[in-house]
Amino acid sequence: MTAPQESSAAGAAALTIAASVRSGERSALEVVKEHLEVIGQRETEVHAFNLVTTEHALAAATAVDQLVAQGEDPGPLAGVPVAIKDNLCTRGVATTCSSKILEGWVPPYDATVVTRLAAAGAIMVGKTNMDEFAMGSSTENSAFGPTRNPHDLGRVPGGSSGGSAAAVAAGFAPISLGSDTGGSIRQPAALCGVVGVKPTYGTVSRLGLVAFGSSLDQVGPFANSVAEAALVCEVIGGHDPADSTSIPQAFPAVSEHLSDGVAGMRIGLITEMMGEGIAPDVALRIRAAAEALAAAGAEVEEVSVPAVTYGLSAYYLVAPAEASSNLSRYDGVRYGLRVDAPTTGEMMELTRTAGFGDEVKRRIMLGTYALSAGYYDAFYGTALKVRTLIRRDFDQAYERFDALLSPTSPTTAFAFGDKTADPMSMYLNDVCTIATNLAGHPAMSVPYGLGDDGMPVGAQVLAPALGEVAMFRVAAVLEGSLA
Amino acid sequence: MSIDLDVWEIVIGLEVHTELATRTKLFCAAPNEFGGEPNTNIDPLTLGLPGSLPVLNEQAVELAIRVGLALNCTIDRSVFSRKNYFYPDQPTNYQISQFDLPINGEGWLELPSGKVIGIERAHLEEDTGKSTHVGGGGRIHDATYSLVDYNRAGVPLLEIVGRPDLRSGDEARAYVSELRAILVAVGASDGKMEEGSLRVDCNVSVRRHGDAELGTRCEIKNINSLRSLGRAVDYEAERQIDMILAGERIEQQTRHWNEDEGRTLKLRSKEQADDYRYFPEPDLVDLSPSQEWIDRVRADLPILPAARRHRLCEQSGAEIAQAALIVERGLDDLCLAALSFGADPSRTITHAEHNLSDPKAVELDPEMFAKLTNMDAQGTLSSTQTKTVLAELVQLGGDPAAIADTHGFKAMDSGELDAVVDQLIAENPEQWQRFCEGDPKISGFFVGKVMKATQGQADGKVVTGLLTERIPTTAKE
Repeated sequence: MTAPQESSAAGAAALTIAASVRSGERSALEVVKEHLEVIGQRETEVHAFNLVTTEHALAAATAVDQLVAQGEDPGPLAGVPVAIKDNLCTRGVATTCSSKILEGWVPPYDATVVTRLAAAGAIMVGKTNMDEFAMGSSTENSAFGPTRNPHDLGRVPGGSSGGSAAAVAAGFAPISLGSDTGGSIRQPAALCGVVGVKPTYGTVSRLGLVAFGSSLDQVGPFANSVAEAALVCEVIGGHDPADSTSIPQAFPAVSEHLSDGVAGMRIGLITEMMGEGIAPDVALRIRAAAEALAAAGAEVEEVSVPAVTYGLSAYYLVAPAEASSNLSRYDGVRYGLRVDAPTTGEMMELTRTAGFGDEVKRRIMLGTYALSAGYYDAFYGTALKVRTLIRRDFDQAYERFDALLSPTSPTTAFAFGDKTADPMSMYLNDVCTIATNLAGHPAMSVPYGLGDDGMPVGAQVLAPALGEVAMFRVAAVLEGSLA
Repeated sequence: MSIDLDVWEIVIGLEVHTELATRTKLFCAAPNEFGGEPNTNIDPLTLGLPGSLPVLNEQAVELAIRVGLALNCTIDRSVFSRKNYFYPDQPTNYQISQFDLPINGEGWLELPSGKVIGIERAHLEEDTGKSTHVGGGGRIHDATYSLVDYNRAGVPLLEIVGRPDLRSGDEARAYVSELRAILVAVGASDGKMEEGSLRVDCNVSVRRHGDAELGTRCEIKNINSLRSLGRAVDYEAERQIDMILAGERIEQQTRHWNEDEGRTLKLRSKEQADDYRYFPEPDLVDLSPSQEWIDRVRADLPILPAARRHRLCEQSGAEIAQAALIVERGLDDLCLAALSFGADPSRTITHAEHNLSDPKAVELDPEMFAKLTNMDAQGTLSSTQTKTVLAELVQLGGDPAAIADTHGFKAMDSGELDAVVDQLIAENPEQWQRFCEGDPKISGFFVGKVMKATQGQADGKVVTGLLTERIPTTAKE
């Protein structure tokens, strides 16, 4: 078992690898083989992957090495193994969203983020397990079985990007990509003791990300260090004309500000996320984080952001509503699973009944109901108003603060089966992360020590839209304060 | 028709879907082309593949604005929404359309009759693919298997929703005809109803004159020609009136026009409104065309059919119905150009209306056409000769005087004709007496003689005129 301390001690492995591959000191092939070996040793027990793309990885590594041999620069992530969440389209490589309904489907194109990683020299080693269609907080909702937390195989890795978080925590790849609709990058990052970033909505292209809640979904990285996460954001971010919601500018230049410190910065500790429902040992670690920031010269105060308490209710209307529509295309007509039946209507019904798991069905039902005539105003309409209120309350807080601080998750990693019987208790695990998605703001989780159970605790740093520079500065200081 | 229009009023509102003549589809780069092998004009978005995203086609927006301006609509900030329903030819099982905020708001259109028809809105949306249900009853519910062609899926449509201001099948036809002329004029559509470029859904209700409330309406689908439109309206109005007279209640329905049987058949009841669970399309942003863009499109608009009709009437004295026909044939520019070369206005309009149905007529040299109208007006050529020369002018071009010469159509001096007439009267006193007494048959005798004497150069009407002039006053009384 890998202790959390060792994970962070791995340091900025991706940067080291890229530097050594670019200089010709090490070959990408050697790097990839090493990681495939680690995967071979522990994947059976962790189950981070739906698919390990060995052949693809070896071929891509050879191509990178050829570039270096020809005197060309393969890019800032030269030879760096990456694990890709299985809801990101990969050309010629099955993409399942951990659902039976996409059985046999092979995308004819790469997600923009996958294209950009490859263009930077990164090498995909596999597609990672997740909660089906990113719906869940423990990766227990995968149709292919759960992923286990590398720090304690009896506990969940969080979710929905549990496979991507576990892959980095287990050393299968120094970096990975996940998607975050309500905390699906940050919460598993916290539970697995790694860094996880949800960038500002619109800064990272969604083209090729299989949609869950389109107005909330955002792709982001996992890494063992803030610096690696920053670099990956810069590589995958920036305008993509193929995504209409993409912001037409480059990703904020975060890497060059990582050592700026926080002296003079104003940082607010969110009152609503420090009280009821937050485990005392987690709260303790976050207070320690606040103290560390103050010690580094920041002005730290508590601040109330009242509307965030409505975040969960609004989220469970907006996200399922969009999901109910986004997932209607899985009908057995064009691709994926088809359960034959005498008529088209029955075929669609049987296909969807057999292809979707319980949580996905629950959310489709919820969303369909929320959008129905006569209920729209009361449910979806009200949720949109709450979304505006949340944005307003955050905006007010950001008039006084450069960044905000909170726990990422109310608890450390829980045991398998702990919350599966009661969907509501599972939903409550995202209480700290959801408001950010509704606001479209950036937030990230940074490991900040251990809870009473010896499991990692994550500190969440939040910032206003496009406030990534401030966010990464705070994260870098937190990371440094632990060393 | 047995409808008593003194008692009953037919109320018609049309929804016209037009495919916009863009190079590519509404939200992706797949080609927008009619025909082609099934499933060749497709890409990931057209098939609704996971992870695909829509990007709005600027050309489609510009064409929508052109139509909106041509229909005197307001151009507004608009939002795309998803209309959710399951059907295999809808690849995502939702259609991206505009719901509460359409790009084009209130407007109007003027029929050739001068009547103004309100336009409620004209919004952008994507087309569906095409299903073919094989076996069983040919419907999705009982087919052995179904085939889907996604070539049409995602083609840009503009849905033009008219106010229920139309009152007869003829008026409905005039509306569609006018709308089509506008769409073609602004370059938004090729206007081909038979290829589905223009699709008409027709809402019909009836009420007694003076009723304040509108009757329950039925929507008729599958109208594929202007002729069908008129027939369908008449059939449906009669059906509804018969039901009312029989004391039955009209049910709100969607009905299918069966061209072969000449009647409408129930497709489904609309008593329970379908729940499409509309919500704003999160993959797209609001559409707010800048004022500069709108102004640029407006400046670029061609002169529209209604304005062309008015211009022709003002400059030529044509009746509005004549102008409508001439504008429809695209001959108004020719007529106006001919007038600028001094053409006879009345003859110009008459020939354009009656003798220029050949599509090649638009290529006529206006100066030569003008010359011919004057030869006609001055009696230099008979009306029969004028028609012959005009037909040749259309086919081969040239100078009308030269064409007349090659046919031996000589200019007859009126004094010369007077002499011939006087001589014939003198030579045939008996027949002249009968002519003076009003025997209608004998007129032909003299005209024939004149034609013979002049080798067909004379104009029959002119000859009759000359004969009539010569009837003694006493005989006339």
